[in-house]
Amino acid sequence: MATLELRNVNKTYGSGLPDTLKDIQLSIRDGEFLILVGPSGCGKSTLMNCIAGLENITGGAILIDDQDVSGMSPKDRDIAMVFQSYALYPTMSVRENIEFGLKIRKMPQAAIDEEVARVAKLLQIEHLLARKPAQLSGGQQQRVAMGRALARRPKLYLFDEPLSNLDAKLRVEMRTEMKLMHQRLKTTTVYVTHDQIEAMTLGDKVAVMKDGIIQQFGTPQQIYNDPANQFVASFIGSPPMNFIPVRLARQDGRLLALLDSGQARCELPLGVAAEGLEGREIILGIRPEQITQGTGEGNGLPGIRAEVQVTEPTGPDLLVFVTLNQTKVCCRLAPDITCRVGDSLNLQFDPARVLLFDAASGERLGLGAGNASVKDNVAHFKSR
Amino acid sequence: MHSSAAKISLSRLAIHAVLLGAVLLYLVPLVVMLLTSFKTPEDISSGNLLSWPAVVTGIGWVKAWETVSGYFWNSIMITVPAVLISTAIGALNGYVLSMWRFRGSQLFFGLLLFGCFLPFQTVLLPASFTLGKLGLASTTGGLVLVHVVYGLAFTTLFFRNFYVSVPDALVKAARLDGAGFFTILRRIILPMSTPIIMVCLIWQFTQIWNDFLFGVVFSSGDSQPITVALNNLVNTSTGAKEYNVDMAAAMIAGLPTLLVYVVAGKYFVRGLTAGAVKG
Repeated sequence: MATLELRNVNKTYGSGLPDTLKDIQLSIRDGEFLILVGPSGCGKSTLMNCIAGLENITGGAILIDDQDVSGMSPKDRDIAMVFQSYALYPTMSVRENIEFGLKIRKMPQAAIDEEVARVAKLLQIEHLLARKPAQLSGGQQQRVAMGRALARRPKLYLFDEPLSNLDAKLRVEMRTEMKLMHQRLKTTTVYVTHDQIEAMTLGDKVAVMKDGIIQQFGTPQQIYNDPANQFVASFIGSPPMNFIPVRLARQDGRLLALLDSGQARCELPLGVAAEGLEGREIILGIRPEQITQGTGEGNGLPGIRAEVQVTEPTGPDLLVFVTLNQTKVCCRLAPDITCRVGDSLNLQFDPARVLLFDAASGERLGLGAGNASVKDNVAHFKSR
Repeated sequence: MHSSAAKISLSRLAIHAVLLGAVLLYLVPLVVMLLTSFKTPEDISSGNLLSWPAVVTGIGWVKAWETVSGYFWNSIMITVPAVLISTAIGALNGYVLSMWRFRGSQLFFGLLLFGCFLPFQTVLLPASFTLGKLGLASTTGGLVLVHVVYGLAFTTLFFRNFYVSVPDALVKAARLDGAGFFTILRRIILPMSTPIIMVCLIWQFTQIWNDFLFGVVFSSGDSQPITVALNNLVNTSTGAKEYNVDMAAAMIAGLPTLLVYVVAGKYFVRGLTAGAVKG
């Protein structure tokens, strides 16, 4: 049970080489579940190794329970880690694997036996204790690896993509189990993954990383609803957010985004924004589920007719692909909609959920528009 | 159907015939040695190489053992410590070079590999100079030292290449569990190294036992290894040539390596083909 704080952590593998970690700054409270997520090579595993003490940082400080551990060796940090490859000791039985860390720390044998029994019961691996790792299935190995981490009752758990070697079904099961375990034990946890579903479902806090920089740090909802830039917006969410290049126009002080489906045009009202946006290259971001099928006139949302090019029924949803502004756009519609390729669909957008990004930098452009002004704008749109 | 079966058996037959021929060819020297070692000197001078002994006698073996037994033990005194020490240091080197890399460790390993390609002859003078300075010239200890140093390049290569395929995460996990450098080596790494230890032992045993050049240069008189003694025995120019004794002595000199292969051979093949170690 501990807090974790990273202060301006820097890591470089030598002068002249690009920084692997740049000014990492975040802190989590006691018992929180932090997710480090990002594409491969973004530095998330390096950051985890730095927290564990397996690699040295070149600048900044790592604090566990407000104590600077940056210079400490891994064994003094009181951290347990579960590796992607599980890293079970191949010549030892499951019991010996779990005992190893306890024996090294010179715990009395009676206490060790008790601890092994507790962990084995918790993870339901009692019947496997005498086996060697090679005799276990992938899921069982994963449980043993977790057991080894749980046995020490450390201040901090580190999980390095622990589910990525499991098959899809088992992964979903273990994900739920992991969450259950954390709710029960309430140990501070750092969890590295490249899977955005794991990031959204498991974390109290999520840090999205790219090129050694934290792009955004916040709750899963903040990351999803209020992404800081185009990278975060594209990384979180499946199917991913649509990015449509648009031209902006200003009318009566209000911004309008111009959409063209080839069949029809539409002016999407965006609210009151700062001057100078019109004429710039702008990317409009909208999630597939924020595009709905128009139920006809009168609900006030702006809409556009577009030709259906591909449909993908996934079961719970129907994914429909159309073209807007020469860009393929995915719409997540209700599965009971009957539409065939070549049909025209009336699509509606929720202007309050539309995001704008700078085309060159990918930075989010503030609309300065609260919901009120968007509604205002919609009213204006209707009255036209 | 019938004809294709016949074709297969015909080609099979050809393959087996060729293999059998190769086996016989390889066995001829051994057969000649064995037959000769059990013949009397008169038998040898009258019969041909492959003829069966007129009288089977072990006198050649007895005489040979009387002559070379002292040198046989010399060889053991040289080989056993040299093999064990070079294997132990090789394991330590390989462990460091694959799991505890330091700045320049790749370069270090690259330079070490040169040792594998150095001909024996090039190190003779520097080695004898060094042994002289250390006061180890013409001693068993000196010869052991030369063999250990020369063998390190090979043993390090073996262990390093084996450990490279062991996942790094094992060492990381052990470090987080609180284990130190030597605890990890002893409790986790060495127990999974049986195949490569066997390869190393066999390789080093064969190399050192069969060595002639270092033996003849760095030892003298009663401390010579059996290979040198065998050469001296065969090259004596006084008296009649006792080929039966020569052959028996050569067999005695060759037996230990044969024994090592028989006992540990299966590990040798397994170790050479051992790739990924499943974690």
